[in-house]
Amino acid sequence: MAVEINKEKYRSQVREVVLGATSAEGGTRSHTVKVGGEAALPFLHFEGAIPNRPVIAMEVWDIVPEEWPANLKDPFADVISDPAAWAKKCVEEYGADMIALRLKSADPDGKDAGAEECIANLKKVLAAVGVPLIIYGCGKTEKDNTIMGPLAEAAEGENLLLGVAEQENFKSVASAAMAYKHSVIAQSPIDINIAKQLNILISEMSTPLLDRIVIDPTIAALGYGIEYSYSIMERARYGALNGDRMLAMPMIGNVGNEVWTKKEANISASEQPSWGEQAERSMAWEATTAMALVQAGMDILVMRHPQAVALVKNAIDELMQDNSY
Amino acid sequence: MGLTGLEIFKHLPKTNCKKCEFPTCLAFAMALANGKASLDACPDVSDAAKEALSSASAPPIRLVKVGAGDNVVEMGDETEIFRHDKRFNHPTAVAIVVNDTDDVAAKLETINGLVFERVGQQFTVEMVALVNASGDAGKFKAAVDTAAANTEKNLVLVSEDAAAMEAALPAVAARKPLIYAANKDNYEKMTELAKGSGCALAVKADNLEELAALVDKIVALGYKDLVLDPGSRATSKVIADMTQIRRLAIRKKFRTFGYPTIAFTTKEDEQEELLQATAFLSKYTSVLVMKTAKKELLVPLLSWRANLFTDPQKPVAVEPGLHVIGDATDNSPVYCTTNFSLTYYLVEGEVDSTRIPSYILSVDTGGISVLTAYADNKYTAETITKAMKACGLDDKVKHRKIVIPGAVAVLKGKLEDESGWEVVVGPRESSGIQKFAKSQFA
Ligand code: B12
Ligand code: SF4
Repeated sequence: MAVEINKEKYRSQVREVVLGATSAEGGTRSHTVKVGGEAALPFLHFEGAIPNRPVIAMEVWDIVPEEWPANLKDPFADVISDPAAWAKKCVEEYGADMIALRLKSADPDGKDAGAEECIANLKKVLAAVGVPLIIYGCGKTEKDNTIMGPLAEAAEGENLLLGVAEQENFKSVASAAMAYKHSVIAQSPIDINIAKQLNILISEMSTPLLDRIVIDPTIAALGYGIEYSYSIMERARYGALNGDRMLAMPMIGNVGNEVWTKKEANISASEQPSWGEQAERSMAWEATTAMALVQAGMDILVMRHPQAVALVKNAIDELMQDNSY
Repeated sequence: MGLTGLEIFKHLPKTNCKKCEFPTCLAFAMALANGKASLDACPDVSDAAKEALSSASAPPIRLVKVGAGDNVVEMGDETEIFRHDKRFNHPTAVAIVVNDTDDVAAKLETINGLVFERVGQQFTVEMVALVNASGDAGKFKAAVDTAAANTEKNLVLVSEDAAAMEAALPAVAARKPLIYAANKDNYEKMTELAKGSGCALAVKADNLEELAALVDKIVALGYKDLVLDPGSRATSKVIADMTQIRRLAIRKKFRTFGYPTIAFTTKEDEQEELLQATAFLSKYTSVLVMKTAKKELLVPLLSWRANLFTDPQKPVAVEPGLHVIGDATDNSPVYCTTNFSLTYYLVEGEVDSTRIPSYILSVDTGGISVLTAYADNKYTAETITKAMKACGLDDKVKHRKIVIPGAVAVLKGKLEDESGWEVVVGPRESSGIQKFAKSQFA
């Protein structure tokens, strides 16, 4: 019997989001990065256009990440106390598509740096690299609310991707994005309805922001609940293709952040001989987590280890090859 | 698949004799349609009706088995495209390649040793793929014989030379290896070998169209225990083909593709191979044949498999209550966690490794993790206190000290008020428990 290739007819597609701004667009980036725009499920080129490949943002901290294991710190040993040099190395040597600057110095339980210091670091990184930037605060909501506005203002027009707006706390980040022409990460706790609701709330503040939202569906590391994230992402993407406009945003995942705190990334082979050597295993744990999520529609992967980045980039290249019938 | 009750009813005796323990034939038909009864329960159903009902109600993807005795690997019998709709039934079987030009015994020893423990589960690879890389029938048979003597793993015999297959198969036929593969030139002979031995047969073609033609020919020869290889090898093409086979079988009831599948990695670099394998495993591959036997790379791959094939509808839970680790006494430390099995086993593994006899109180959170349960009000000062009372913790230990996960440090004050116990905030990750215990309890 002849084979009739099955191509699903979708009603819609994912919005395309442009990150960064060149001088012509009011920023200082050497180029912009486009994400999203898919009119098919991940890498099923045979049924619709996939105009943009998933991209990788490498994470840079503004303090020395003491808790990282040695094999993760080593590649950055020469730059680890200088965020600008660190970012430059990620782009020039390790091929990062974007930089995700994590302003850990702001942590009230740590250095408790104020907005001024964070702005100085942001400016240094902006000057050091031409790629678009993602900005994360220290993770403590109250403090982050005080620094995100000033940071957004200081980088007006750069079209940074600002993290993170949550359902209970989206106004400060969303209004900073709106006022100073940035994009925003809308984070929801592995819950499709909350993801939609949050996008609705943000769009009620500003309709144009709808084209500047990237969904963070909340991910978990391989072995720590990743399958829940995987399925939420598959559902969200399927919903987007079938016409749900409030889910039709590209997705981002904090892969490195989840993976590198886990046991599999940290313990030595002597403690767990059947798992093999820590250095390769930990790197593989990050790469596998990323690869699994890409299969469910992740558009921006925030990662740490250069080797994992290289492997995933290479795998994405291959997945982007046309497979039409 | 998916016959309605009325369609089934047409084939039943319609005597309402109740021997099936349903009040009427129609009620029985309805139960059958919902998968709540089995046709065997009606003693009077005619053979013709049985035939009609069983072929029409056959699953969209045939269940095919490799292996014998306790060592059977089942594959196929899938009903879903997305795991969020319903559980994927059969985890991808992983086969590691051994070439007949390798030191077969040495390689098998490595493969036999691939056993990993994680969160109370044991992971391993299920199969060894013996490849006739030499092109020599004698070498192939020798390698297969060595494998039979040196491993319990299921075997995939990889040779498209029917004569080599015929020479090697008889000695291992009782173990029901997977025969790889029938192609357009050798299929008559290969089908005969598979039929004669009752072994599953892989069917390999150069594309989906040719695969369909070949499958139909083999089915016409009377053999149906098949595994499909569309011949694609580039990552992106494999994913497209696997998706087509799965969709056509399930959505379009295209019987020709209603079988499990097999895919081969091509990457020479082992780390690149891991990512290629991750992609294949994610997208509908029933048997994944790969080369690396490196633990560092197989542990993440097999962990991903374990995750992907869990039941999305029900969290895996452990028995709530007090778990005793080692010879715990009334002086032993008490740790408090949830009854999500992933969480529980992570904690248990670490507590066990402290070598300090201990108690773990597993609070009934409906099988969800610490923060999820905290956010959902199932892991609170109240629920923890209730769980402490319910298991009689007061009488089990003399001290009044309980350790909670670092992630819910905020519960400390309230839990102390509620329970009257001293609450110690433990590390955030369970992997910190050993160090923590050394400083606190050693
Ligand atoms: C998977 C997941 C889910 C799954 C739940 C699966 C399950 N069976 O638990 C689903 C999709 C159902 C879910 C739902 C919700 N979730 Co949820 N979920 C996650 C996710 C992605 C991973 C959780 C996980 O499995 N972790 C792995 C387990 C093993 O971790 P754990 O239990 O914490 O255990 C570790 C440690 O705590 C420690 N530990 C455990 N016990 C003990 C004991 C001692 C003594 C010590 C020392 C250590 C220790 O060891 C373990 C390993 O280190 C996290 C985000 C993330 N990346 O972590 C969000 C997260 C937990 N979810 C969150 C929320 C808000 C929800 C919802 C309430 C959202 C909603 N719909 O409103 C719902 C809850 C409703 C409900 N009834 O289910 C929030 C919680 C926020 C907060 N800080 O309170 C999180 C953090 C996401 C976020 N950033 O917003 N979730
Ligand atoms: S046993 Fe068969 S014939 Fe009798 S009531 Fe049940 S279905 Fe009908």
